[in-house]
Amino acid sequence: MTEQLPALQILITMLAAPVCVLVRHAKVSWAIAFGANVFAFWVAWQLLLQVQDTGAIRYALGGWAAPTGIEYYIDTVNAAIVMLVAGISSVVLLYAYSSVSKAIPKAKHYLFYAAWLLCVTGLMGIVITGDAFNVFVFLEVSSLATYMLISFGDDRRALTASFRYLILGSVGASFILIGIGFLYAATGTLNMIDLAERIPDSQSQRAVLVAFSFITIGVLIKAAVFPLHAWLPNAYTYAPVAVTAFLAGTATKVSLYVLLRFFFSVFGEDYSFGQLFLNGILLPAAIGGFLLMSLVAVFQTDLRRMLAYSSVAQIGYIVAGFSMASQAGLAAGIVHIVNHALIKASLFMAVGCIIYRVGHAHIPSLDNLFKRMPFTCVAFMLSGAGLIGIPLTVGFVSKFTLIGAAMDEGWWLLAALILISSLLAVIYIGRVVEIMLFRQSREGGQASTGMAEAPLSMLIPMYALVIVALYFGIYGSETLGVANEAALQLLGGFK
Amino acid sequence: MTQLIGLYSYWVVIVLMMAGLYIMIARYNLVKKVIGLGLFQTSIFYLYITMGKVEGGTAPILVEGKELVYSNPLPHVLILTAIVVGVATSAVALALIVRIHETYGSIEEDEIKDIEAMEPDA
Repeated sequence: MTEQLPALQILITMLAAPVCVLVRHAKVSWAIAFGANVFAFWVAWQLLLQVQDTGAIRYALGGWAAPTGIEYYIDTVNAAIVMLVAGISSVVLLYAYSSVSKAIPKAKHYLFYAAWLLCVTGLMGIVITGDAFNVFVFLEVSSLATYMLISFGDDRRALTASFRYLILGSVGASFILIGIGFLYAATGTLNMIDLAERIPDSQSQRAVLVAFSFITIGVLIKAAVFPLHAWLPNAYTYAPVAVTAFLAGTATKVSLYVLLRFFFSVFGEDYSFGQLFLNGILLPAAIGGFLLMSLVAVFQTDLRRMLAYSSVAQIGYIVAGFSMASQAGLAAGIVHIVNHALIKASLFMAVGCIIYRVGHAHIPSLDNLFKRMPFTCVAFMLSGAGLIGIPLTVGFVSKFTLIGAAMDEGWWLLAALILISSLLAVIYIGRVVEIMLFRQSREGGQASTGMAEAPLSMLIPMYALVIVALYFGIYGSETLGVANEAALQLLGGFK
Repeated sequence: MTQLIGLYSYWVVIVLMMAGLYIMIARYNLVKKVIGLGLFQTSIFYLYITMGKVEGGTAPILVEGKELVYSNPLPHVLILTAIVVGVATSAVALALIVRIHETYGSIEEDEIKDIEAMEPDA
């Protein structure tokens, strides 16, 4: 059984989706979706243990060996990311039960959960596959499901947000498709390991260069790296909050993983960063992202939109780590992928609790919310502290390693800019906390209505993520150890 | 010059691709945007098929006792998948446009923007 785990990882959630559509029952389809996700999480965990034990796994799908068939390639990097995706998805699904039952008409629930399952399948597929064309197929599976999930939002602007994402996302995916086509033309293979071997000796280096550019731009769009993030703020603001929590923790992170895989494993570090001077593009994008987007976040009046801009900023930190192309920088980027996924998912879950009770997320009207929803506010503050990077939180672990890596490179200016952008995070999180805690409510404000917490079924999953994040904040060496191992494997190429 | 004419297939790809991209950027009508996207994706299908073509090649079917020159079938198979994806994308896009038309009463992007500008912050 254990040797079939890579296939099970994808199949269970994929097959559960049509089952959800067939049963047409809100609660049953939720249970199916949740069960499938927990199973996928268990499989990913087993895979991570196995990979750490025996090294990278090469799994021939359907028994067809590599050049003919599609191969799944699993090492520490993608086993960890698959586990993150399945884990976040399971926790947010648990949370979604109450949140979604209020936000979406009951007759549509089974379709919602089916789309969710397809989205998870696509995301895990992108990460686990070792075949370049398969990346595109899974990317489209997850993207199409994402467009559907976003359009479930109760505001009508969710529809236009979804449409805008559809156009931009399809252009991004098409760019990746063009790039893969050129790679195939230059090397005659689609298998990532064979690609990595043949690219340096290819007769048509110009085709390889074109492929590299198209894939880079395509993935940067999907990952919402500044300045290609135009689709993200509206999509995150108007989608159902459970979907936003899920997407913020997984979708952009998976695209960042694709970036890593292509830059370091397929094209190789020498090609991407040595010959092409890729950090000349990535570093300005990263710095522009975390400075400008943090600044924009300060001026938002909607909590969801503020966190959406903050997401683009945090993606900037991750890309800054990648652009160093050193082991420390990569490890910082990878560790922040995990840490930011935990922080942002729990923050959006807190926003979901607020919307559940208050009905909106308009920051100036959240005055004195602490009296009414103390548990939600505490969760928001703990995760917010993580976003800023206060010691003993996961954000501190990421920023500490990132700044350390920047100093190793001698990039003092970058280290200083990261600190400045952290100060901006203090402002935009602190502003919300100040309103929640101290601002006196106007007459008839929140305080007069007494305490009204969100239901336990929403609080428990939210606190589960907050506690996991706290744990990794205090015992940062555990995630850092995996990230360091992953960085070493990426720099070492395929074995 | 022979290169220009000999590779005319690639010129078709470039023209189609740029036309599709231009429509997506320049047109406000959402249906036209989807048409542009379709054109853009079709140009990629054409790129793949051109890539697999071998001069004088036929269908890749084994014939006993004969050495056949055949076109590379793999790009064809890949593009079958990509066509399915393209159809699904258009279907989702058109479904969204139907819903947008129901709720906004318009499928012109500039008109929708005006309507959205009047709505409160969220």
